[in-house]
Amino acid sequence: MNLQLTDEQRMIVEMVRTFVEKELQPYEEEVEREDGVRPELQRQIRDKALQFGLYAANMPEELGGAGLDTVSLVLMERELGRTSYALQHFVARPSSIIRACVGEQIETYLLPTIRGERHDCLAMSEPNAGSDVRGMECRAVRDGDEYVITGTKHFISHADVADYAILFAASGEEQTARGVRKKITSFLVDMGTPGFTVKRGYDVVSHRGYHNCILQFDGCRVPVGNILGVEHRGFDVANQWLGSTRLSVAAFCVGRAQRTLELCQQWAATRVQFGQPIGKNQGVSFKLADMATQIRAAEWLTLDAAWRTDQGAARDEDYAMAKLYATEMLAMVTDEAVQIFGGMGLAEENPVVRFWRDARVERIWDGTSEIQRHIISRALLRPFENR
Amino acid sequence: MKVVVCTKQTPSTTAVFSVNNGAVSWEDSGGKPNVVNPWDEYAVEEAIRVKENHGASQAIALTMGTPDSQEALKTCLAMGCDEAILVSDPSFAGSDTLGTARILAAALEKIDGAKVVIFGKQAIDGDTGLTPVQVARKLGWTPVTYVSAIKEIKGHTITLERLLEDGKETVTTDLPVVISVVKEINEPRYPSFMGIRKANRATIPTWSAADLNISGGVGAGASQADWSHVYAIPAREGSVEIIEGDSVEEKVAALVDKLFEEKVI
Repeated sequence: MNLQLTDEQRMIVEMVRTFVEKELQPYEEEVEREDGVRPELQRQIRDKALQFGLYAANMPEELGGAGLDTVSLVLMERELGRTSYALQHFVARPSSIIRACVGEQIETYLLPTIRGERHDCLAMSEPNAGSDVRGMECRAVRDGDEYVITGTKHFISHADVADYAILFAASGEEQTARGVRKKITSFLVDMGTPGFTVKRGYDVVSHRGYHNCILQFDGCRVPVGNILGVEHRGFDVANQWLGSTRLSVAAFCVGRAQRTLELCQQWAATRVQFGQPIGKNQGVSFKLADMATQIRAAEWLTLDAAWRTDQGAARDEDYAMAKLYATEMLAMVTDEAVQIFGGMGLAEENPVVRFWRDARVERIWDGTSEIQRHIISRALLRPFENR
Repeated sequence: MKVVVCTKQTPSTTAVFSVNNGAVSWEDSGGKPNVVNPWDEYAVEEAIRVKENHGASQAIALTMGTPDSQEALKTCLAMGCDEAILVSDPSFAGSDTLGTARILAAALEKIDGAKVVIFGKQAIDGDTGLTPVQVARKLGWTPVTYVSAIKEIKGHTITLERLLEDGKETVTTDLPVVISVVKEINEPRYPSFMGIRKANRATIPTWSAADLNISGGVGAGASQADWSHVYAIPAREGSVEIIEGDSVEEKVAALVDKLFEEKVI
């Protein structure tokens, strides 16, 4: 069993870490203060990411991406987790789902997105369809060569800076052994299409500078040529994508936790109380030990799922375990970090407080911890069904 | 015309230096591997720019070191160097700067068409800054140190700007030259992902002592420097006093009084 990174992977890690430290971290406080990323800064980050090949690193080399294997991509995402979510977004990894583009879609959506000329966002969640995505109420009704779309999507990331949405909508119903089930179709919908509006979403506690949006479709007409993948088979396309986003969340959490631990180590070694560094007290040092151990465990779970993906052997539960453990780990690490820093852990001047705030959403988005547990337990019990 | 950048693999800048019974060690608690000497990153960038802006046909990275030094050379390739050469032989171990200069000079003589050789101003581990000048001496080429800009390469001459304590000076000299550069010369680029991939596919040739025509002794036996007493500087002892006061003005006044009292000002 060889757990060593290759020279190429080590170089990628070093390069991305330097990029994060020089190009992203210096702007963290500004993003927190302004609750946004200036358009010039967005362009600056995108341009540099494009120049050095970080942009669209998840896309195949033959399409203009960096063509990273999944392990390398996870290592890159881990390093990006060391900085603001809002900032690292502009080192874009377009939704893997757009690789399902065919025909004219390739020139109109896929390639410009990889080149950084167009930007995607993914519209799935709805006010009445969160974890139960198939319960979505956004409807797509066929009318000749067009679909007429009506409904609302919410908590849609990056729609405020996107040029088009990858929209999932219910396009009909079918009878299955388990009863009536909605058929889902995926569409590419340009911003500015009549009947499609985007507005700022909810103010949430996590990830300042990043904004969720509410997408309203009111009789929006989309040509059938804009169906992504196969009509009524939108979830087939989505399922290929869900694993990679869960890995991405897990990797982000590992990087974020590593940075948090480093800050805690520094503080524990230099903050003197009662005549000695607080790290000399087991009440603090044991916290560091637990943090380091759980970070390592989360990292290996994540890398293991990535490695399995590269071997073509990853299962849903591999992604679920990585996402579940890494997000729960980050909650523990950031909470203990606040405790180690004491009052200063809650000061806005200290990045630890925002890591603590940011950590909360990781256990919710891209499948809550409960959904991940459901996936894992279902896999555990599946062999016993029908016995 | 080829430009050659001489680099060294050194501990990372975050590694902690310690001395135990005269033995020096560098430990990086973050597990960061050895890196291209940070001063040399400016030299690598400048070598690539000499190719991009001054018509050099090739930018070549050259390192003397153990086989592990290939990692530093891969970084040079990933940044944009066309070729990398490792000079490595067990007999080179323990060379002082003069021995190193003899080895590098022999390697440079073997590179046909090398006219500009660039070093970083010093290595972060040895910190002598001697090697560039010693290499120039062995080759019989012109040394120019503390270069902050390469202004022009025209025909057989090169015009450089040097950054000195009291100001800058412009120097024009004949090629070939050996220069050492300061950090003000440029902002080193990142290795690109494409470059990283290229670097890891590249074959880096290793030249041994048998491949070179080295004049003079090399290795520990020929070292003229005697590291007889290496020790860590004892930690300074001191105390911290926080100047209290109700206003900034009051605190400043108290601080000034204190500084006068201690004869600091």
